[in-house]
Amino acid sequence: MPRIGVFVCQCGNNIESTVETKEVAEEMEKLPGVVYTCSYKFMCSSPGQDMFKKAIEENNLDGVVVSACSPHMHEKTFRKASEKAGINPYKCEIANIREQCSWVHPDKTKAVGTAKSVDLTRMVIERLKKNRPLKTINIPVNKRALVIGGGIAGIQAALDIAEGGREVILVEREPSIGGNMAKLSETFPTMDCSQCILTPKMVEAELHDNIKIYTYSEVEKVDGYIGNFSVRIRRKAKYVDEEKCTGCGACWEKCPFKSDSEFEMGLNKRKVIYTPFPQAVPNVPVIDAPNCPKIQKDKCGLCAKVCGPQCIDFEQEDKILTEEVGAIVVATGYQLMPNERFGEYGYGRIKDVISGMQFERLASASGPTGGKIQRPSDGKEPGSVVFIQCVGSRDEAKGVSYCSKVCCMYTAKHTMLYRHKVHDGQAYVFYMDIRSGGKRYEEFVRRAIEHDDAMYLRGRVSRVYERDGKIIVQGADTLSASQVEIEADMVVLATAIVSRTSAATVAKTLGIAYDKHGFYNEYHPKMKPVETVTAGIFLAGTCMGPMDIPESVMMGSASASKILALFSSDEMAREPITAHVNAMTCNACWDCVTACPYTAIDKEEVKDRKGNTVRWQAQVNPGLCQGCGVCVAACRSKAVDLAGYTDEQVYAAINAF
Amino acid sequence: MKIPYYPGCTLSTTAKPFDTSARAAAVALGFEMEELKQWNCCGAGFPLTPDNIIGLTAPTKVLANARKEGDTVTTLCSVCYNVLKRTNKVVRDDKEKRRIITDFIEEEYDGSLDVLHFFEVLRDKVGFDKVKAAVKRPLTGIKAGAYYGCMLLRPFEDMGIDNCEAPTVFEDLLEAIGCEPVDFPDKIECCGAHMAMGREDIVEKLSGNVMQSAVGRGAEVIVTSCPLCQYNLEKSQPAMAAGTAGYRPVPIVYFTQLLGYALGQDETTLGFESNAMDVRPLLKEKGV
Ligand code: SF4
Ligand code: SF4
Repeated sequence: MPRIGVFVCQCGNNIESTVETKEVAEEMEKLPGVVYTCSYKFMCSSPGQDMFKKAIEENNLDGVVVSACSPHMHEKTFRKASEKAGINPYKCEIANIREQCSWVHPDKTKAVGTAKSVDLTRMVIERLKKNRPLKTINIPVNKRALVIGGGIAGIQAALDIAEGGREVILVEREPSIGGNMAKLSETFPTMDCSQCILTPKMVEAELHDNIKIYTYSEVEKVDGYIGNFSVRIRRKAKYVDEEKCTGCGACWEKCPFKSDSEFEMGLNKRKVIYTPFPQAVPNVPVIDAPNCPKIQKDKCGLCAKVCGPQCIDFEQEDKILTEEVGAIVVATGYQLMPNERFGEYGYGRIKDVISGMQFERLASASGPTGGKIQRPSDGKEPGSVVFIQCVGSRDEAKGVSYCSKVCCMYTAKHTMLYRHKVHDGQAYVFYMDIRSGGKRYEEFVRRAIEHDDAMYLRGRVSRVYERDGKIIVQGADTLSASQVEIEADMVVLATAIVSRTSAATVAKTLGIAYDKHGFYNEYHPKMKPVETVTAGIFLAGTCMGPMDIPESVMMGSASASKILALFSSDEMAREPITAHVNAMTCNACWDCVTACPYTAIDKEEVKDRKGNTVRWQAQVNPGLCQGCGVCVAACRSKAVDLAGYTDEQVYAAINAF
Repeated sequence: MKIPYYPGCTLSTTAKPFDTSARAAAVALGFEMEELKQWNCCGAGFPLTPDNIIGLTAPTKVLANARKEGDTVTTLCSVCYNVLKRTNKVVRDDKEKRRIITDFIEEEYDGSLDVLHFFEVLRDKVGFDKVKAAVKRPLTGIKAGAYYGCMLLRPFEDMGIDNCEAPTVFEDLLEAIGCEPVDFPDKIECCGAHMAMGREDIVEKLSGNVMQSAVGRGAEVIVTSCPLCQYNLEKSQPAMAAGTAGYRPVPIVYFTQLLGYALGQDETTLGFESNAMDVRPLLKEKGV
């Protein structure tokens, strides 16, 4: 006969106000096998748990049922306590009489709530009688990490993991790490130069013994599971031997052909063999193959002639390599919504209507104008600039529904940068409302308005066009309820931050979830903000939504600390709630293989002593199995069972009802 | 090829040249506009309040009749196009409204018609390349301002004929017949529309803006696809002339008039003489 204890929690008044917990306890005592019951105000409190442990020991219990809140809340708590009191944690079960009973039956007479609590608890008791003790599964952990994306979030994650003594592989698709942050001029709210704070980190990552950087590379395939991922990486041909290249720059100085610079947002040209910017890491050029006449038509070849160490190789091909890692950080960043979508603002038609990122380049000391604010059309210093916020953000009709979060701040920054460089210039800002929640952020915006005289107009711009060499900005000022028309020399659009075009493809490669905007979903927005639903894959930075530099860095560090914790032991404990295949009844139809969302089921050959294949059967990989139970439902021969949720257990509960 | 054609009231009366020139152009391009056997006024305005269902009955009647003659109907007037296309969408997507409307007009109609503008026929069915190839008198050197107005393009989700903020279909056509299209900022602004019925001051201001913007960019002729625009812009000219020194009145013509001319149509079908400002001196001046 089992010796079961039942602990009914009052949860203050949460449960007690609609359930007679004492009555529930008394009812349970009548069941065979139940030798101890009680009701208590807060079972999860430490006196409550002490009482729980003591009751187990004193009554020599071998199974317990806690009638309380959802198992999501405290299952772990009571399973731990049970273990301490000497019983297998999987011999402890929760009956949910709060979320599933007291909260949905606010019947003050208590009749309904009490009766239902009795039913729920009885079901769990019967189920418990069939529970088998389960042991946690240990899987070996490969203590190397992969970071996808070499922007600030990825760099921070890589550095923190490397500092923790673990190896990191950093994969970046561009020729240099640095990401979007490398393009920024100064950063809010401290106005420190972006490159000055970023490039030391880039160099540190490059020189770190534990970090291996693959630039111009992309992750093509990810196999395996937490602790044991296998990653296929494509290293795109740079046409330059990285080992031999000294970064002397002779090749790009001599290259006679030019193309639009991606780094300068098209405001400038770069050579066909190039590094994106002077502080690029690694300082190795790449050849932009589609634009190189040597590669396309076998003409030119000048760079190879001038290269001292002879590292130009026009025949180079993409290389594929495989890396084994235990955890992955996804930090693939963002891009901006194409401004062309906003015909009314004239982007693309009017030369001096530029994007916020282009303004960053204009204001940057290393940018195309050396930091002088000049109009793209004629190089003149603009005497007035109109900044338009929320271009596409918070605009369900034409753009995206969400707020891009950083534009209020960077627009304020732009107005300051502009005023600091053009002292008598006038900046206008059209805004919907100012969202500057952050340490010293509101003060920063006030400074732009009060100290640097930016003229803030609350309202939208309806149309931007040219008239006699001026750009006319027509808009509404909703505070004075009037139409305004401003003659500007330049217009800067704060365009919405959107996910990368490749975001969905990358998510599918990794098996992580993403929202309708292409941003990656965290496991839980509050309690697990850097985890994904796939164990072992973490998020950092703007690939999960718009955020500023401090937040990206925080996420990078948070992911790193999670990974270091994971790497702190050689083996990793996993919940034993996994599926098992009964070899005798499996008929190898592979329905479970197709059904399993985590690709956790393999096809296995069964051989006789002579090595001949006798038959095939399904086999669950406990490292990959997430215990979802889909295979159990799919299996027509009822050959799969889920530990902790066996048919036997489920039927016992149903029969008890 | 014959295409079912809904002229609408204005094109049968005050905007006759729009109708005749379009029919002539069609013939020159090898197809025929076949007027619906039965049609009524479209209502001349799409009801903007959601519960104004009675306003949808007239256009639905037009659509139901058109459906009997084919699966498309083509219009020329921007307002008719706007009303018919949007009504069609309501009938197609809102089953409840459809039931009430069809009960009322005692006709079955499910929104399966494709409502086209003549622009769409030229662009998508004929093709501007073919138009270009058929041109006999290219209008070389004529700086024409393509005036879209507000009805042709918006609301974008309902109309979808072109990008509503930066459209090009009109200019593309003008280019095909040899004109030099002039891009002007107010080309998609409203002319004042039916405010002409009581608040002429508003029309004067809005149409004046359009004219100023077009003429300022060097337009020698303004081309429209809407009888109301044509009327309002013509009406605003005296005030413009009075207010601006050295102002030279600019002809306001329908795009089909220029199209017909370029395709070598007989001038009697083009109705240039009924425009308040004659475009013919300009054509002569440019030698086309
Ligand atoms: S081959 Fe010629 S064009 Fe190509 S990178 Fe070298 S120098 Fe430039
Ligand atoms: S579904 Fe069942 S029978 Fe089919 S392969 Fe999987 S375990 Fe075997």
